[in-house]
Parts: sequence; structure tokens; C-alpha cells
Amino acid sequence: MDRQFWTYLGWRVLQSLVIIAIVIVGSFLLLHLVPGDMVDVLGGQRGDMDAELMATLRERYGLDQPVLVQLLNYVGSVLQGDLGYSYRNATDVLSLVLQRLPATILLVVCSVITAVFFGTMAGVIAARHAHRPIDVIISMIVLVFYATPIFLTGLGLVIVFSVKLKLLPIGGLITPGVDFSFLELVGDVALHLILPVFSLSLFYIAIYARLARASMLQVLDQDYIRTAYAKGLSTYNVIIGHALRNALLPVVTMVGLQIAELFGGAVLTETIFSLPGVGRLAYDAVFERDYPLILGVLLVCAFIIIVVNLIIDIIYTLLDPRVEISR
Amino acid sequence: MMLRRVLLSPAGMIGLVTLLLIVGMAISAPYLFPKGPWALVARPYLWPGSRPGIPFGTDALGRDILAGVFYGSRVSLLVGIVATVCALVVGITVGAIAGYFGRVADAVLMRITDAFQTIPGFLFAVVLVSILSPSISTIIFAIATVSWPPVARLTRAEVLRVRESEYVQSCKIIGMSAPRIILTQVLPNSLSPVIVAAAVLVATAIITEAGLSFLGLGDPNVMSWGTLINIGRPSIRSTWFICIIPGLFVVLTVLALNLLGDAINDALNPHLRKR
Repeated sequence: MDRQFWTYLGWRVLQSLVIIAIVIVGSFLLLHLVPGDMVDVLGGQRGDMDAELMATLRERYGLDQPVLVQLLNYVGSVLQGDLGYSYRNATDVLSLVLQRLPATILLVVCSVITAVFFGTMAGVIAARHAHRPIDVIISMIVLVFYATPIFLTGLGLVIVFSVKLKLLPIGGLITPGVDFSFLELVGDVALHLILPVFSLSLFYIAIYARLARASMLQVLDQDYIRTAYAKGLSTYNVIIGHALRNALLPVVTMVGLQIAELFGGAVLTETIFSLPGVGRLAYDAVFERDYPLILGVLLVCAFIIIVVNLIIDIIYTLLDPRVEISR
Repeated sequence: MMLRRVLLSPAGMIGLVTLLLIVGMAISAPYLFPKGPWALVARPYLWPGSRPGIPFGTDALGRDILAGVFYGSRVSLLVGIVATVCALVVGITVGAIAGYFGRVADAVLMRITDAFQTIPGFLFAVVLVSILSPSISTIIFAIATVSWPPVARLTRAEVLRVRESEYVQSCKIIGMSAPRIILTQVLPNSLSPVIVAAAVLVATAIITEAGLSFLGLGDPNVMSWGTLINIGRPSIRSTWFICIIPGLFVVLTVLALNLLGDAINDALNPHLRKR
């Protein structure tokens, strides 16, 4: 590791911290957009609070302080991992979110892998047979996938595979009320994840297929590919060993850019398939008007996305020495 | 000239014709269905094709799905276009200022853009609409809020390219004011990739609006495609057509917009067309 790399790393970490600060302040401002404060919500719920009790509560939670002081308090508590309290669920927000996070991460990670795998495969096959019937067919399927909203894909898959064919479970993450051994549990979860993962990743399969096809066509034109053919390597060897590695770089960049969108799509997927993830948590919180919880979900997702982007950037500079790191 | 090139490509032609048909639906809705999309016309859950005059069947309350689809196109197009225009105005302004002035303005504006891009867009839109309470204007506001950052990035990159050119430098020397240089010299020469992105932005906005309405966060006074899908969702095991028919119209519109966007892109970059 040379000094240039560490300077770059320090610069990127600093940048990420600034972004996190902006997100926290933004979430505070959003919380203040909500008509009425926490105590009003609580009072409306209980219905038996007098003005004196409400004033005491406001004082206790610092809601009578000037906005700037409240902002500093908020930033301070968020930095200590205190994202507020969800009165509807009678738990603190952070533990609620963390409890639901594994399901969402499982869904998002599986979807990214599925999308990259099938997307690149389709793109490579299309590029290999450019302007021939296979390419045209793949391109047409990709166009339709690209235009289909996530929730519609989800509903369509449910109708076909759960309702009509009765092949796959209609929702949930685990079959309730059954005692599974560990292996059976893994199989059961996998079965439950097939439809959600495909409904979330179909759109991204389309994006990666388009991207992989374009970048593959570009790479296949290069001199070193001709050299590889000339020294007698098999087509398979040239495509997988030489061309694909370079054609994959734009796909990796795209994945980093789209992690945020995937978390957004998880709201729809988890709602349709009643998966116990943070997206479903946010959806329920919206209808219960549980704003600390909603913003908690938003903050945790933003934090994860910032960290993932940082990691992807670092991997990227390590993978491809040509990437200019002295920004 | 460019329009002719767009029309000459089969994809652009198909996209444009489909889009015009949908615009036609939006315009003709009040004349073809004067009773509006909420009127009860037959018994609930009537299957498509089982009665003449109601080709798409009825929903959970016996409303005509065909009328819903016609009126829905008005909402989708309105939200898509207005939200895109708002996102373009904000994104171009931010991108132009950041790119032209550089330094502090650039750093501050780009970190804010980064912050917006690290928040899951759809989740953010859900939060905004629920805080501001659902209506057409809050939905447009939320969609514009989550879709301006890519426009800002694109504009900034283009402005950076144009900024150093000789004609901009000479404008500076003769003492032209910065706003005037940006508006009359820089932007006209850097906006074409942004315009191409607009077609995709409209498509994304339509998908987002449908997603919001599907979750029950649509304007309760307006029938959109997402509203219809939301109405049909509880009975998806039996009368799935209530979800799928409006869903197909969303797909059709988005497909047409994407085809058109691709065709415009190809027309602007003829040397890329062989790819």
C-alpha cells in the first residue's frame, strides 16, 4: 500500500462522515415537518393527559428547548446509537430495526447475486451472438423486464407460482409451526426466498444484461482479445478468462450505485411477500404514524449504504490499478 | 432532422406511437366515460369479456376497470411529467452552479447530492408522502425530491467539460455576468444528455407513483393505475385481473418511454449506433 492509497482512503472516509452528518441533520428536519410532536402523539393515544403532564413530559424529553439545542441533542443521541423510542411497539427504535435487518440483508444480498449472475450471463450470451436471433430475443426480454415495476413482478409471480401452480409459498420467511433441523430450515428459507428474490432482481437483471452486453462488445473489439484467439485459446477461455473480467468492471460500479435503490425496492417486496424485514417495518410504521421508527429505518439503511459504497470503492481501487485515486 | 432520425428507427416509432395512444386515452377519458372512474356500473368482480361494454370487467365495488385505466393514464402522465420537470429544474440548477463555480459551492452541493443518493429513493418517497399526507402535489414533490440527484451529477459533468472551452473564456473576458454565461452559453451546450435522461425519469416517476398508490399512499381522490392495483390486491387469489390489467398499462407506458429514450440517444450519438 503506497501513501497515495492511504490519502485516498482518509479522504473517502472523511467524505462518508460528512454525508452521514448531512443525513442525520436531514432526518431531524423531517421529524420536525411532522405536525405535532411526540407528546401530542402520546396524548392522542392515551386520551387522558392534561396540559400539565404534557408540559412535564416536554420538559423531560427536551422538547421545550430551542430548535438548535434539540438538533444538537438529536445528533448526540444518534451518534450514541439512540435512535429514539417507538411508542407503538414499546421498544427502542434501534433494537427493533436491528431485529428486522437480517431478513432484509438476506433478501438484498441474494437479489444482488442473482441479478449480477443472470444479468451478466444474458449480456455475455447476447454480445457473443450480437445482432443474431438469440441477441434480439434476449434484448426484447430485457426491455420488458426493464419496464416492469417490482410490485407487478411480485404479484405476477405470486399469481403464477403460488396461486395457480401451488409450487412455492405465498409469503413469509419460514413455514410456521414446524420443527426443522438446521438443514431443513435453510431449505425452507430458500424456498420462501425464491419469489421475493426474483421479483426484486428482475429489473436489475435487465440493467446488468444491457450493461454487460455493451461493455462486452467493447472489450471483444480490443487487440488483446484478438491476441488471445491468435495464440490458440478456446472461445470459452477467451470469453471467461480475458473478456469477462474487464467487462465486469462497469457492472461492479453499477451495483454500488444501486444498493440504495435495492433497499427501496425491498419495501415493496417485503410488503407483498410479508417478509419480516426493515422494509415491512417501515411500511407498518407509516400506517401507524410512528415517525421515530420510520426515520430510524431510513438512518440505518443510509448508514449501511454509505459503508457498503465505501467498501466497494476501496475494492475497486485495489482491483483496477488504472482507477485514478488522486482526486 | 433529429425527429426524423428518431422516427426512422423502429424502436423510436413504436415508442412514440404507443405514447401517443396513451396520451389519447388521457385526453378522451372524460368524453368516453362521463360518469368518471368511481361510478358503479355492474356487479363487483365481473370477469373481463363476460359482458359487452365492460371489456375489462369490474373491481371490488363494481366500478368499470376500463374507465379506471383511462382516467389512470391522466394521473400517471401528469405525475410523471410534472415531477420530471421539477427534478430537471432543481437538478440542472444544482449541477450548473456546482460545475461552473467549483470549489466550495461544488463541495457543498455535491455532498448534499451524495446524501440524497444514499437514502433509498422509494423509501424516502414513502416517508415524505406519509409525513405530508398523500395528495397529487405531495406525491409530485416526493418523486421530484428523490429523482433530482442524477440530473445534478450529469449536468455538473457536462458543465465541467464546457466550462474551460474558449467561447466561455472569451465571454468572461468581455465581462459577461456569470448567470448570463451559464444560461446563454454553458447550459445550451451541455443539456443534450440531460434531455435524453428525461424520458427515463418520466418512466421512473410513473413507476414510483404506481408503487406509492399500490401501498395505499396514493391521492385518495384520484384514480390512478396504482390505486386500481391496490384495490385488486386483497382478492389476488381469485380476481387477479384487477391488478394485472392496470399493471400492464404501466409496463406499456414505461416500455414506450424507454424505447423513445433509446431512440433519441441513438439519434444524438450516431457513431454509437452500431453497438
